[in-house]
Amino acid sequence: MANLTSAFIGIKSPNPFWLASAPPTDKEYNVRRAYEAGWGGVVWKTLGSEGPPVVNVNGPRYGAIWGADRRLLGLNNIELITDRPLEVNLREIKMVKRDYKDRALIISLMVPCDEESWQDILARLEDTEADGVELNFGCPHGMAERGMGSAVGQVPEYIEMVTRWVKKHSRMPCIVKLTPNISDIRKPAAAAKAGGADAVSLINTINSITGVDLDNFAPLPTIDGKGTHGGYCGPAVKPIALNMVAEIARDADTRGLPISGIGGITTWRDAAEFLALGAGNVQVCTAAMTYGFKVVQEMISGLSDYLDGHDMGLSDLVGRAVPNVTDWQFLNLNYVTKAKIDPDACIKCGRCYAACEDTSHQAIAIKPGRVFEVMDDECVACNLCVDVCPVEDCITMVEMPQGAVDPRTGRTVGGYANWTTHPNNPGVKAAE
Amino acid sequence: MSNSSQTPGIVAYRLPAAAVAENFAHYSPALDRHEARVAADRCYFCHDAPCVTSCPTSIDIPLFIRQIATGTPDAAAKTIFAQNILGGMCARVCPTETLCEEACVREAAEGKPVEIGSLQRFATDTLMGKGVHPFARAALTGKKVAVVGAGPAGLACAHRLALLGHDVVVMERRLKAGGLNEFGIAAYKATDDFAAREVEWLLKIGGITIETGFELGRDFTMSSLEAQYDAVFLGIGLAGVNTLRLPGEDLSGVRNAVDFIAELRQAEDKSVLPVGRDVVVIGGGMTAVDAAVQSKLLGAQNVTMVYRRAKDMMSASVYEQEHATSAGVTILYGAMPRRIIGQLAVEAVEFAYSDTDVFTLKADQVFKAIGQTLTSMPIAPDGPKLVRRSGRVWAGGDCAAGGEDLTVTAVAEGRDAAEEINAVLRG
Repeated sequence: MANLTSAFIGIKSPNPFWLASAPPTDKEYNVRRAYEAGWGGVVWKTLGSEGPPVVNVNGPRYGAIWGADRRLLGLNNIELITDRPLEVNLREIKMVKRDYKDRALIISLMVPCDEESWQDILARLEDTEADGVELNFGCPHGMAERGMGSAVGQVPEYIEMVTRWVKKHSRMPCIVKLTPNISDIRKPAAAAKAGGADAVSLINTINSITGVDLDNFAPLPTIDGKGTHGGYCGPAVKPIALNMVAEIARDADTRGLPISGIGGITTWRDAAEFLALGAGNVQVCTAAMTYGFKVVQEMISGLSDYLDGHDMGLSDLVGRAVPNVTDWQFLNLNYVTKAKIDPDACIKCGRCYAACEDTSHQAIAIKPGRVFEVMDDECVACNLCVDVCPVEDCITMVEMPQGAVDPRTGRTVGGYANWTTHPNNPGVKAAE
Repeated sequence: MSNSSQTPGIVAYRLPAAAVAENFAHYSPALDRHEARVAADRCYFCHDAPCVTSCPTSIDIPLFIRQIATGTPDAAAKTIFAQNILGGMCARVCPTETLCEEACVREAAEGKPVEIGSLQRFATDTLMGKGVHPFARAALTGKKVAVVGAGPAGLACAHRLALLGHDVVVMERRLKAGGLNEFGIAAYKATDDFAAREVEWLLKIGGITIETGFELGRDFTMSSLEAQYDAVFLGIGLAGVNTLRLPGEDLSGVRNAVDFIAELRQAEDKSVLPVGRDVVVIGGGMTAVDAAVQSKLLGAQNVTMVYRRAKDMMSASVYEQEHATSAGVTILYGAMPRRIIGQLAVEAVEFAYSDTDVFTLKADQVFKAIGQTLTSMPIAPDGPKLVRRSGRVWAGGDCAAGGEDLTVTAVAEGRDAAEEINAVLRG
């Protein structure tokens, strides 16, 4: 059993799996049960200013998309920040933290964009013994219309300003949660860093409409005949989140800024991928909302087995894939592969053929007996056949050795060379 | 009413009526909407799918399954019916394990094919349950075609002809339409009067008249048909039954399996049907399996199916053989019947594995299921069956040469003959 103990920005937790600020962390009852199930930490659902709490809709808050067998692939929500009084939340946080000193407990915050509001709320947290705060600059629905959440997160200057206030009025570690509803995620991350943030967490949810009721012509989920955009999360958003995490991890301005990775993490493998791309820990929500708190146990055993199997510690994994994330122009254009179909593993469905013939490069032949064969002189190695094949490892991409002749181009496979020096690159010619 | 499985002789009420009804009701339950969606999600939507190739009616299986998966079972049903208007019955009786499901790539991959038959039933039941007919006839041509036999071949032919704008009169020797669907399929495979309901639904296309109790050779002749109609289709099936030609064949208690199966299909309360305590079924096809299994379902104590050749020669599929054995039927292979023993009624049957290896099976009832045959040749023969076309007369289904004797093959042949007739009539 690998040691999964985590000290993300100095906050200790027995494992790197935290529950994200969301409905699962809205109250003491849930958080105690989450800790009992094994979660290393929780980010308590976002608190707002003192006074009458926000209200939620009384119709559906969630919408979803599904894959085969109604496997939930994407979830969207229009729930707001906590709708329970501030003092109730603070009292519960204090009691829970007293009983679970070894677990991380972060408080998510969202108050109006003025220094006094932030100073007030931070003062109220002083005696909770919480481990840190997370600034919710991410929620794309409801609160944004009131000048909070992603309305702040979309303006780097505001992020920097508010972060600075928080660092000025609190000694707690400060995580800034970023919205993905922005064109370049590196800008808000850099702003958070400039404001003194100890870390960023991302991604928050993505603006979305999950579907349309085709009988009533309203977006889903529908409240009394109307719908609004909600925040999208779950397995479907993972690739978007991975890219944004990697962008921050490898950018010169933000490199080294601790990242708490969020976005569709459902299994240990998802978590390991976020860690490899530079996240120091991960936060989970939809997987717990779909399957319950127990999912963390698979994440713990899976990550532990993986680390043991690769003889790595947790810190060895963090960021290990970052150096291999590059720009397209630096990819090796002399790396030549050809698809190869294993006839013994092939079940003869012909999906590779349909995909290649109809939409790609007409590089697969059907031989008598439904034997599918790649024609190396046509194959551009696009990988589509691999992606559509229902049998894992039936089709593989085989690298051609240097010195071999690519039958498609007639050229000898050479050493590393990329677009920046390619004769077809007009940029190269312009430099001459 | 106090009979049991042990009661000697051929007697009724071996099981309570409720138990018999239960036995005949639970062969293959229908998929519900969720089960259908889950099953449909397993289809890979193969290119040039092997399942389609192995379907005698070439139903576009990947398309109809995708239509189920996307929540449009009515569209799925239309895809099926466009190729096979008796897709509802075929979903119940097709030996899918030797056709589409055997060809399914998931059978190769994991030994568990997509449940094509059950999915087809889900789609067709959904549309037929609404009582609507999905097709409308083309402009009428004024041509009239006679169809002889209201079985699967005749009905499929009549429907396609009506669809193409021709008027059709179907002549059926029995008093009820449906042919083997109505009289020849095991009762537990087509419950709730499905065959009759399917015929009624099929006729909603319009332009088809069915004359029951009207027999070729007795009530009309080929030359009268040819004089009155623009074309004739013969789907007369195989009305004759092969005989064993063994001593004792005429003893009481020895009968044709097809008659027993037909009787079962027409009985409301099957517990009233008498069945033996020790039943021996001679034969190795679907008829033999159906007779053996249903004897067991009626409460026979010992049912033995005896086939003269090896297991792999048997025309009943392995799936059907396993179905029989799981129902409690014993199957003996490679045993040739030699004689039926008894005074007035059958008492035993003597079989031989070889000249020196002879045994007898105790029997108070014997079913003969060694194949059916044509009783007459209204047009030229092609081997033991009829040629597929002779002038303006076409033949299809079990009575015609070529193809397996399956409902689905009969449908394909009837449909294709209709297309040919249409081409000829339209010149």
